[in-house]
Amino acid sequence: MYAFNYQRPTSLDAAVKAVAAAEDGKYLAGGMTLIPTMKQRLAQPSDLVDLGRVVELSGIRRDGDALVIGATTTHAEVAASEEVRSHIPALGHLADHIGDPAVRARGTLGGSIANADPAADYPAAVVGLGATVETNTRSIAADEFFTGLFETALGDDELVTAVRFPIPKRAGYAKFPNPASRYAVVGVMVSEGADGVRVAVTGAGPSVFRVAEMEQALAGNFSPAAVERISVPASGLNSDIHASDEYRAHLVTVMAKRAVAAAAG
Amino acid sequence: MTDTGIGAPVRRKEDYRFVTGNGRYLDDMNRPGQCYAYFVRSPYAHASFTVDTSAASKMPGVQAVYTGADIAASGLGGLICGWTITQKNGEPHIAPPHPLLALDTVRHVGDTLAVVIADTYHGAKDAAEQVVVEYEALPAVTSVTEAVKKGAPQVHAEAPGNLCYDWEIGDKATTDAAFEKAAHVTRFEVVNNRVIPNAIEPRAALAEYDSGSDEITLYTTSQNPHVARLVISAFIQLAPENKLRVVAPDVGGGFGSKIFIYLEECVTAWAARNLKRPVKWTAERSESFMTDAHGRDHVSNVELALDGDGKFLGLRVSTLANMGAYLSTFASCVPTYLYATLMQGQYTTSAIYCEVKAVFTHTTPVDAVRGAGRPEATYVVERAVEEAARELKLDPAEIRRRNFIQADAFPYQTQVALLYDSGNYPGTLDKALDLIDYDGFAKRRESSESAGKLRGIGFSSYIEACGIAPSSVVGSLGAGVGLYESAQVRFNPTGNVIVYTGSHSHGQGHETTFAQLVSDRLGVPFDQIEIVHGDTAKIPFAMGTYGSRSLAVGGSAISKAIDKIIAKGKKIAAHTLEAAVEDIEFENGNFTVAGTDKQMDIASVAFSAYVPHNYPSDELEPGLDESAFYDPANFTFPFGTHVCEVEVDPETGETQIVRWAAADDFGNIVNPMIVEGQVHGGVAHGVGQALLEGCRFDDSGQLLTGSYMDYAMPRADTLPPMQIATQVTPCPHNPLGVKGCGEAGAIAAPAAVMNAITDAIGTRDLTMPATPEKVWRAIQSTR
Repeated sequence: MYAFNYQRPTSLDAAVKAVAAAEDGKYLAGGMTLIPTMKQRLAQPSDLVDLGRVVELSGIRRDGDALVIGATTTHAEVAASEEVRSHIPALGHLADHIGDPAVRARGTLGGSIANADPAADYPAAVVGLGATVETNTRSIAADEFFTGLFETALGDDELVTAVRFPIPKRAGYAKFPNPASRYAVVGVMVSEGADGVRVAVTGAGPSVFRVAEMEQALAGNFSPAAVERISVPASGLNSDIHASDEYRAHLVTVMAKRAVAAAAG
Repeated sequence: MTDTGIGAPVRRKEDYRFVTGNGRYLDDMNRPGQCYAYFVRSPYAHASFTVDTSAASKMPGVQAVYTGADIAASGLGGLICGWTITQKNGEPHIAPPHPLLALDTVRHVGDTLAVVIADTYHGAKDAAEQVVVEYEALPAVTSVTEAVKKGAPQVHAEAPGNLCYDWEIGDKATTDAAFEKAAHVTRFEVVNNRVIPNAIEPRAALAEYDSGSDEITLYTTSQNPHVARLVISAFIQLAPENKLRVVAPDVGGGFGSKIFIYLEECVTAWAARNLKRPVKWTAERSESFMTDAHGRDHVSNVELALDGDGKFLGLRVSTLANMGAYLSTFASCVPTYLYATLMQGQYTTSAIYCEVKAVFTHTTPVDAVRGAGRPEATYVVERAVEEAARELKLDPAEIRRRNFIQADAFPYQTQVALLYDSGNYPGTLDKALDLIDYDGFAKRRESSESAGKLRGIGFSSYIEACGIAPSSVVGSLGAGVGLYESAQVRFNPTGNVIVYTGSHSHGQGHETTFAQLVSDRLGVPFDQIEIVHGDTAKIPFAMGTYGSRSLAVGGSAISKAIDKIIAKGKKIAAHTLEAAVEDIEFENGNFTVAGTDKQMDIASVAFSAYVPHNYPSDELEPGLDESAFYDPANFTFPFGTHVCEVEVDPETGETQIVRWAAADDFGNIVNPMIVEGQVHGGVAHGVGQALLEGCRFDDSGQLLTGSYMDYAMPRADTLPPMQIATQVTPCPHNPLGVKGCGEAGAIAAPAAVMNAITDAIGTRDLTMPATPEKVWRAIQSTR
């Protein structure tokens, strides 16, 4: 790790200003990706602006027909939340299976989606539940938020403040974890809500994606059988020592089926 | 049995300091004025290079930057391999030079070419980035099958064809003849995957130099500090043994990887003397992945010849063993005398021939990892036996029964050099069948099937040669050292005891087990016994801990020293009690004149020995402090049967281990709780190799599994609750009747797991680690 300046503001405004004023400032939430990257000397920010004391960024609240989860809310808090468990249990299940207990105690929702790791779980929730990402300047629809491998619609220094998850009629998440890292080799979130059915896949491609064919099939028949014969093409999917693109394509169907089964309860 | 004596499940007394954060590991230690070392390592698997340290040397706080040229100029020697294998042609194996820092060529990713010593760790690391290395990348080879091909990139000019040695054991002609008359031959290729040891504590070294006494003290993460001192003194020639103290404090796991003498501790100690300042080095985890000696990595052609009744007539094995880029300290003996000598297994196979080619590649050096050779042998034999049973449609338990060496056949001379001293193989098989409820398997399989899962069962009837080993035997086979162990049992005047043992505990629980042994034999309360290990300034010359040898060899040395204590105590008691020595009996800590109530407890005897006012001074020296060295008469031969049951999800290829039975025979047991823990840990290790742990290099030699993001270790939820039982067939040739238990699980487990998965999915073409994708593909291939 290289030396850096450490700042710990207590308000959102101060945090945004601190990053803007720094030569190469970075927000620090849970640090689950940023700190290891810095330890490997692959990142050299001039300033880390710790969001841990910005109280307004944390917490889970019901707002009409949605749950609004603050950006610095940890995975463990989401997993343990009664609001989440009773209104979007699939989201609680997803949070409860991210990484390991240490990661869940530190890692945050905002950090996860801003980083946009192709194998992270939360992108599947954001897209699969049709959420809206709130930032310090605007609202971004889930389908516009993730733009590619580690790429999002966030502008320079733009900060995720919360994610608004509409409460679905039903939803399910199924994940095939990487045996080493427990990131998603393939994770599929399926939901049926006011705006119809969504099927979002993480881990399989460079970025989270929806499977329109499965969504249409499920709209007519919300059952595992509806998706079991629908497959995504292997070409363009991730391929590494843990899973080939072909195997990932196969797992998308299997996990979609299981997510539907979980949603159907 | 007392509640702290032999056979009692005493809670580990060392755990208090470990769980309360009071363990003293190497990185906990610091010295005033300490500098830090950071090593410059190659990002290429094979390259020639030139190095320029001028910019790095000028960085703030930098005390020195050393390269291979500096080491060469200092006259230090290189790293050695301590076991010379004699090849088929009578020539010694080829051991190319292994300089502490590479001179002009690097041969694996992580190969080390310079070191920066600076006032701070980050300063050293910053300066290391300023060491300018011009690499010229050269072609690399990582797999043994590629490395032996004509035209493959050469690792060392000294080793044409990348061949370190070509070695054989057994009778080729007899074995070939056995195959001629076979009714059935089972043939297949067996790959034993490379594993990375992953001790929880990374390797580390802290050296300080006392210019007044000209003495170097080296604290290092070692399983055998005296062996480290011997090699660093005699071969690296850093300092004579009397001016070099090596201390291995609390060490957080080794699994073999901390047996070896590595360049970092040598360079750190040398730098401390050069700079006259303490120098500390602690590996980062990524350095551990790249530079701790790896394990296994064999490719074998295996042929098992059987008669019409399923009796084993012959076993023919041809193995390529990966040595990596350099010969590590004991690398050469692992795929030979710790491997091929175990091809007899538990069976009466009447002809065996095994040839082994050891091969250099552009990869991290390979050496012993928990089991060391014996897991590879067990995997060959037990996979072959299981496949033969399937091909002949014999029950896997039945084929083993038909071939077992029977309990009345010991001592049993094997076809591959070893003399098995004792055994009862049907006994552990029967126990294992009971534990797993073998009769209920068919029903369990049906119920799995109705849930859409494939269920399979796999056996592994393993044998190991432990308690390493008779010095004369290993000497005749090429070892550069003896393999005895030392002990010193010292009474203090107030009656408590300090035991100095040459065995080193890095998680094994010796402070408890050895204290139980001493308490049991001498009648001294358990909590008045201290076990001291790991310091060449305190303990007699010793060989250390590996090969499940601590209790069998180190414990036997303690037992011998105790015998001397008792013999001397009897003389002291006889004098005090005014009786003949022959009439003195010793039991439960008391010396008694036979047939009388005259007695003297051992604490009083100890006091009398140190305050010898009324003492037989003309025939006895004062003091009650005895040393012993124990050189075993033979290896010990733990054995057993493990049975694994798996459920495979055919949709994903995921394997879940659903039942595990382990019936082991470790001889007498001192602490059954510690033994059970060792079985759990060993099985976890072996299951890790079978399901999860696959060290992978790409074609250019980059380590793809260089962190826990990509290298999967077993976790608690990888394993089911285990059904464990032990059978006791005491070892006939050591005073404790013990054999060793630390490696058994790692030796037994891989074959049991792979036999179970291949049973479940109905094809034998599956390699370790049996990842979900591999299993899924294997299932697809059967449909």
